[in-house]
This record gives sequence, structure tokens and C-alpha cells, in this order.
Amino acid sequence: MTLTLYDYVLSGSAYKARLMMAILGVPYEAIPVDFYPGNEHRQPDFLDLNPSGTLPVLVDGDLVLTDSAAILAYIAQNHDPSGKWMPVGDAAQLAQVIQWLAFSQRLTATAGAARLHDMINRPLDVEAARKGAHAAFRELERHLTDREFYGATFLVGDCPTIADIACFPYVALSPDGGIAHDDYPAIRRWLYAVRALPGFLEMPGIHALHDLRDDRPGTVTHAAE
Amino acid sequence: MSETTTGGDAARDEWYAVAIAAQLRPGEASETVLLDEPVRVARSADGTLAVTKADGTACPAFERYGHVWTSVGAPDHEIFDIPEATQEGRTLVDCGAVRVRCSPLRAVENFLDIAHFPYVHTDILGAEPKTEVEPYKVHIEEKTDEIWATKVKFFQPQAAKSAEGGIVTDYMYRVPAPMTAILYKTCPPQPGEWDIITIFVQPLAEDLCDVWPWMALFDDGNSLAELIHFQQMIFLQDRSILENQMPRLLPLDPKMEIPTRADMTSVAYRRWLKKRGMTYGALTQAA
Repeated sequence: MTLTLYDYVLSGSAYKARLMMAILGVPYEAIPVDFYPGNEHRQPDFLDLNPSGTLPVLVDGDLVLTDSAAILAYIAQNHDPSGKWMPVGDAAQLAQVIQWLAFSQRLTATAGAARLHDMINRPLDVEAARKGAHAAFRELERHLTDREFYGATFLVGDCPTIADIACFPYVALSPDGGIAHDDYPAIRRWLYAVRALPGFLEMPGIHALHDLRDDRPGTVTHAAE
Repeated sequence: MSETTTGGDAARDEWYAVAIAAQLRPGEASETVLLDEPVRVARSADGTLAVTKADGTACPAFERYGHVWTSVGAPDHEIFDIPEATQEGRTLVDCGAVRVRCSPLRAVENFLDIAHFPYVHTDILGAEPKTEVEPYKVHIEEKTDEIWATKVKFFQPQAAKSAEGGIVTDYMYRVPAPMTAILYKTCPPQPGEWDIITIFVQPLAEDLCDVWPWMALFDDGNSLAELIHFQQMIFLQDRSILENQMPRLLPLDPKMEIPTRADMTSVAYRRWLKKRGMTYGALTQAA
């Protein structure tokens, strides 16, 4: 059964799903939704599929998933034989992953909202959103700094998890919304580490690591879609 | 160093897109800004368009090329003609506005540049190591005073949504107004015709603009959403670069930046702006 992703190219949340599937080499069919300027996600056809009118949506047979964290969990659980991306065997790690999935919603609501305001003029109290984003970034910075003291790179455990994928996009894209990374050195190193993952996929506003192109160990080359 | 400008009156007497026509339904209005002036764009119940300044002054308003156009000055010329807009068989695509914190002139200049394709639109509009810009021609069309760059060729891995595999793409660029640029490119499904992609830049302030991409394509088999996504992907890759260009305003003094041969269109554009007194969004002298 082919997975179907209802997608918007500029959506950081849809990018979480694209990135996870790229890293795990999961084939899927993308259906572009005209989020902007067409507002297609608020039209009856789309609302029939997802009454909350949000993107992305992942469809697998009869299963319809409309939350990006749920989508990440589903993809990892089904397509990661190593079991590392979604550490269900370790209660403490799994709980921490879920905690960061919840944290990622704050990033969407602050840094993500500021980006939509600055980029496509969505109405918003942008100063409040940026303030909220900086508060979240400071928490993330402190956590990642702590992690570095223990020799760890990613948010939970010894390797990247869906928590990293969930938090990565709206942090990486925050300069689009007037939130610079200058004050967050640990965050910058973490962003770099995520971008260096084999199978990494870019999106507008998030560039691949140029000098690592093609010759880095473990690079998976996917056939053109 | 101080950034010096000398007014911007020439910019006032031009036409600007300020809304997507189809999205402004009867009885609706939107608030926006044009050249630092707040304006209200409205469509009455009977469909008539009205653009008004904050003090109630009426500005001209009409629909063309999918957008609502207006001016806060007094243009002595009609809006430029895009003959392809009415050519049969083309899909007309409204892409919405993307807001960019940069000079409106820099948005146009970036659009005219080919050399950045392999670096900014990697594996889509260009790819390393094929980064060389071959010689091309630039001239000013005397009758219309428009800039044209012709005989532009560039290798592109995926030049358009309808292109499969890499091709050498032919281009032409046309600048019919200071804040409008039109790109003509090889049209894979319809050899002998050109796809056109335009940007209508709405100057909000000297360092802030809304860019309205608009396309008239011969395309087979792609949904409107796919075409819009492709264009938005390309433009958003440019956005982060544009927002980091320094100085923010476009330097018109030839001593300030050193162009290469690939920048011929940019050189012509800057000279042409200077000649027309288009200083809004420009740096006219190094202090």
C-alpha cells in the first residue's frame, strides 16, 4: 500500500513528514494542496478528508493521520527496522520523545506563526510570537548545552529520534520569521547535525550541507520520483 | 557610511499589482501599503474596484494579468503589454504574494540573475559543476524603453514542473517597468513557444516588498497546486538570500560593486534605473 501525503511545499509541518520518509527511504505519493494563495485546505473536499483543515495529512489505506507528530510516529514505527527513531522499548526515552513532540507544537505556534506572518502576511501579534519563540529557543538551547556536556548530540538518547525531526523545521526556518539563530550556539550545532544526517532532504529556507554532498558515508541515493 | 536616496517620485508614477483579482470578491476589501502609503483595495457588491488612500483620495484601479493594479502617483503611460497573457492554450497561474524584507529593486535584480541558479536552486534550476554563464545579449528596446536580455542559455536539471531530466534551457528576460520582470523560457511541452514567468513587485517600503509571481504556461498534466508549489519553492529559496543582501538598498553608483560579465543584465538594469530617476529602494551614492 502506497502512502499518500497531502503536502504543501512551504509547510514546515509537512516537511517533517517528507524529511522522515526521505531519511528512512519510504516511498510515497505526494498530493500538493494549494494552501496559499488558494486556501484549498479550507474547501469542502479537503475538509471531508481532514475536518480540522490542517496540513499535512498522511493516508495509508483507511487510516487518515492529520497530526504531524502522529505521522512521524507511524512512519518510524512501520519503516525503521532499527527501532531507534521511535524508542518504544525504553519507557524513559519514549516519554522524553513524546515530551519533545509536545514541545514542537510550541515552536509551530510561535516561530512557525511568525514565519507565516512575515512571509505571506498572515495576521498575527508577531512580537508576541517572536517573544514566545525566543523563550522556547532558550529552553532548547539549555537542554542541548546540557546534552553536549554528556557527549550527546540529539534531543533524546544516543541517536536521532522523531523528536529531533519534529523540532527541527520551525527552529531551522525561524530566520524567515525574523528570529535569528545568533544567540543560540548549541541550537546551531544541533541544526548542523540534523542537516548532516544521511538521506537529509532540504526545503526552501533550509539548505543541505553543501560540502558534504554525495561523498559522505552512508548517503542513500533515492531514485527520482 | 550613510545610505542616501533622493526621493522616489519616478516610482510613484508607475503601476503596481496590489491584490489577486480573483481573490477579491464582491463586498471584500484588503488593506495594504504602496510606497509607504497605506491603501485600501476594495470591490463593491456590483464588482467595481476601488483603491483609496487613508485620506480618502481615490487612486486608479483596474484588473490585468490576474491582479488588481493601481498607482499612488499619476502615470503618463498605460500598463505594459504582455501579449502572451491572452494567447490561447496557456494556463494562467496566480501564485500569491511573498513578502520579502529587501529593496524591491533587489527582488527584480535577483530575478534577472542566472549565475545563482546552481547555488541557490541546486539540482532544480542549476547544478554544479555546470555553473558557467555563457555570453548573452542585452539591449534597450528604443521604442518602449524596455530592457531585454536575449540568447541566454543555461543547463538545468529540472527547468520546469513539466521538464523531465536535464535540458539546456533558453531564456529571455524583459524588464517592462522598474519593478516588473518577465522571464521567457524554453517550454518543454510546446517547442517553439515560451513559457512566461513574471514577478510583479509591490514596493511597501524602500526595504520591504510583496512579490507577486504570475505565470502563463503551456503545461500538460500538472495541477494548479503543483505549478504553484514549484514556483513558491523557487521563490522561497531566493527569499532567504535576498533578506541577507547588504547593503539593503540597491547600489546604483557603479563604483560600489564590481560586476562580472554574467552580470550584464544587472548592469543594464542599474543604469536604466538611474537614467529614469528610479531611486526608491536604491543607494545613489557611496558616502
